[in-house]
Amino acid sequence: MQAFDYVRAASVEDAVARLAASGGQAYVLSGGTDLIVQLREGRRSARVVVDVKGLPEFGDLSYDPDMGLLIGAATPCWRIAADAAIASAFPGLVEAISLIGGVQIQGRASIGGNLCNASPAADSIPALIVHAAVCEIAGPSGRRSLPVEEFCIAPGRTALQPGELLVRVFVPPPAQHSGAAYLRFIPRNEMDIAVVGAGAAVTLDSHGERFVAARIALGAVAPTPLYVAEAGAALAGQPVSPDTIAEAARLAREAARPIDDLRGTAAQRRHLSGVLVRRALERAVERARAR
Amino acid sequence: MTSRVRVEAQINGDPVEFLCEPYQSLLEVLRDVLGLTGTKEGCSNGNCGACNVLLDGVLVNSCLVLAPEVHGHEVTTIEGIAGSDGLHPIQRAFLDHAALQCGICTPGFIVAARALLDRTPHPTEQQVRHWLAGNLCRCTGYDKIVRAVLAAADTMETAR
Repeated sequence: MQAFDYVRAASVEDAVARLAASGGQAYVLSGGTDLIVQLREGRRSARVVVDVKGLPEFGDLSYDPDMGLLIGAATPCWRIAADAAIASAFPGLVEAISLIGGVQIQGRASIGGNLCNASPAADSIPALIVHAAVCEIAGPSGRRSLPVEEFCIAPGRTALQPGELLVRVFVPPPAQHSGAAYLRFIPRNEMDIAVVGAGAAVTLDSHGERFVAARIALGAVAPTPLYVAEAGAALAGQPVSPDTIAEAARLAREAARPIDDLRGTAAQRRHLSGVLVRRALERAVERARAR
Repeated sequence: MTSRVRVEAQINGDPVEFLCEPYQSLLEVLRDVLGLTGTKEGCSNGNCGACNVLLDGVLVNSCLVLAPEVHGHEVTTIEGIAGSDGLHPIQRAFLDHAALQCGICTPGFIVAARALLDRTPHPTEQQVRHWLAGNLCRCTGYDKIVRAVLAAADTMETAR
């Protein structure tokens, strides 16, 4: 392991000051399930890691049906998945985070870390996108908000500026008659990285017959998790039918810009994008009707 | 130059104080500083579960925890699983079911199984397999391990 210092941030301002002073040589440590591996393997190099787990905001987890969901950037996945009210309100999100690693990883890994690691294949990010989540960022000039679909800008790179860190993620409360789902294709049953991931969230009219709004996002088919706004927009105002769903799936497939790699070919990923979006939409519709 | 860190933690119920490098993993400190060699190093990248410990009761890979992170926290290793009256029922079941060959993965499986049975005393076979998906064994082949965990759940139920 490379040598670096370890500090516990005394406050958000302290963390910001340390990051700002580091010249890019400081990393924020929450669960460490990506960062420690990358430091050990020399894929990232650090002079100091700043542990934020002791800061109250970073361990936040609160849900109110009127106010929405606040998740501290270091809150471990298992705590989110263990909360029955959150699982029922945000099924797509909980489906996605429950797929990240095994139990040991869930014990530490956080959605803040999943976002900041900025893997194109991150499972939680398409789900956060379809739930219209917003990142709360602290930095040298105060706090700012950023829609989650704008957070990742390239593989392993985020929109965070020098001295900035992700503090919390806010997920607005689900609308009436809404539902969501996240599906992932992997060649085995557990413990793998997405060949393709697809999230869908829908809001239906009070009869459950027509789409009022929809959001669709894909993982592992572009340099960043991909928000396919046009596929969701095509559903707004349309009846819920195999044809309208197939059209949204086609738009998602066309938006995908996959590559060939060890996990799958571009052609397979394009195909999977359409299939998974269709299935995620069907599941989201079922959930919206059941709510 | 980095400076060494003083850490105070509760390990297997005992207060422990140690000095470590800020970049040392909990796994390294357990084995090389504290002499608790029951916890094994497998992959050192979070895939195999051989280094599983409980951190404040939550199952984690000790290779992915920096030792300074456990300051003020409680760690349970395989050495803390057996009671004063002998082997834990999970350990006994692993022996009875021959659920080990080389033994390197065994402490990790037992710590993981203990975490499962703490929260789910009557798991189904599928729950056991799902829970143990983050633990790799390259010789026994999992079936005996799964049967041992299910048998331990039965034994623990009878004992209650």
